[in-house]
Amino acid sequence: MDLTITHTSNGGEHVLVLAGEIDAFTGPQLKERLLPLVNQPDVRSVAVDLTAVEYMDSTGIGIFVAAMKACRQTGCRLVVERLSPRVERLFRLTGLYERIVPRKGESDEWRNDLRPM
Amino acid sequence: MTDYDLEEQYARLLRDYREGKGEAQLYGAQQLGKQLLARNVSPEELADLHGRALERLGPVPEFVRESFQILTEIMIEYGNAYRSIHSWRSRHQQLESEIAVASAMQQALLPQRLPSCPGVDVGLVSVPAKQMSGDYYDFVCHDSHRFSLAIADITGKGIPAAMCMSMLKYAIDGLGEMELGPADILRHLNNVVERNLDPSMFVTMVYGRYDAAVHRFCYATAGHEPGFLYRRAEDRFYDLEGRGAALGIAPGSTYEEREVALEPGDCLILLTDGVTERKVGRAYFQREELVSYLQGEVGAPAQEMANRLYRRLLLLSQFELPDDYTMIILRRT
Repeated sequence: MDLTITHTSNGGEHVLVLAGEIDAFTGPQLKERLLPLVNQPDVRSVAVDLTAVEYMDSTGIGIFVAAMKACRQTGCRLVVERLSPRVERLFRLTGLYERIVPRKGESDEWRNDLRPM
Repeated sequence: MTDYDLEEQYARLLRDYREGKGEAQLYGAQQLGKQLLARNVSPEELADLHGRALERLGPVPEFVRESFQILTEIMIEYGNAYRSIHSWRSRHQQLESEIAVASAMQQALLPQRLPSCPGVDVGLVSVPAKQMSGDYYDFVCHDSHRFSLAIADITGKGIPAAMCMSMLKYAIDGLGEMELGPADILRHLNNVVERNLDPSMFVTMVYGRYDAAVHRFCYATAGHEPGFLYRRAEDRFYDLEGRGAALGIAPGSTYEEREVALEPGDCLILLTDGVTERKVGRAYFQREELVSYLQGEVGAPAQEMANRLYRRLLLLSQFELPDDYTMIILRRT
């Protein structure tokens, strides 16, 4: 199955809406879009909407880990939103959830936190 | 065989064919084709050979002779493609043999023997999806009744995962000598992985220590798929949960230690996500379904149970192993 990425932006705020599956085959496609984006100096925030992602494996988590580490250098804010239960479980299991999914009502000042767990 | 002999043989084949077209001549042509390939005769040389062989059989009309120039020119393009495939094939063979060596080295990093402690029976099945595995496991015997074990899944497969595995192995060996608890071992490993790995790679792991004198298993997990604890008295499976980020995600992560006590007949089942992540038809396999498979095999000796589960799960995904598969079973006898 394929992965489609829809990219919209408003000033320095970018949104990627993903649909399909994220695995070893489609992962490179996401990596090539997400990593250059968070490294751009004029990009203030990137929100990734995972509503239509039915399946994701550890390749996908690896891409978000790399993007999160890059954000720590650039100061870009990366959030992942609207996860399906299966994908949410993977984010929680690996310990990425607390670092990349904002809690309800959290302010825009929220930064990708690499604090120890 | 000289080029002249080859030309001679080719001309003879053509002559025989002209005099009596039959299966024998066609078979002869197939055999000659194999010889030509073995001698790396290029397509343009072959067109030329055909032209010269025709000349030997008698006068060739001028236009037929000239037409061979067209054929030769065209065949030069085929010849270029043929030569690049040839060089690609030899590079491929070289890579294959390097991977075979790397795969053997990787196998040498894995323990060759299972721990044997009184009162606990250990089973293991670990099968890579490709030549190189991203799954790692280790057993270290401390004394006659205590051993440590690690089970880990490295993101990705192939050579990068294998290189990461050797790093993990040496780090664990070094830490093993320091008599640290599972949580401290993971804390140290997290720093090693975080510092030395590509930012998109990470490792999930369960590290535990079994003491067969008291039948207690003390463990810590780093983002790893939870294992199972089977309680025979209740005939029930529990998730072997733990909290802690996968290795390599964030610097300074800490891990919590948990401990379970095993009664006779109780089992611990540790696994990598290659066991649980599979598609059955168009649906994804659920953890609850795995429990029903475990339920069916519990009670058998640990190795037999691990073997049977592997066969049944492989059958379920129609003998395709999409990901590296590792399962460790500890059973208190």
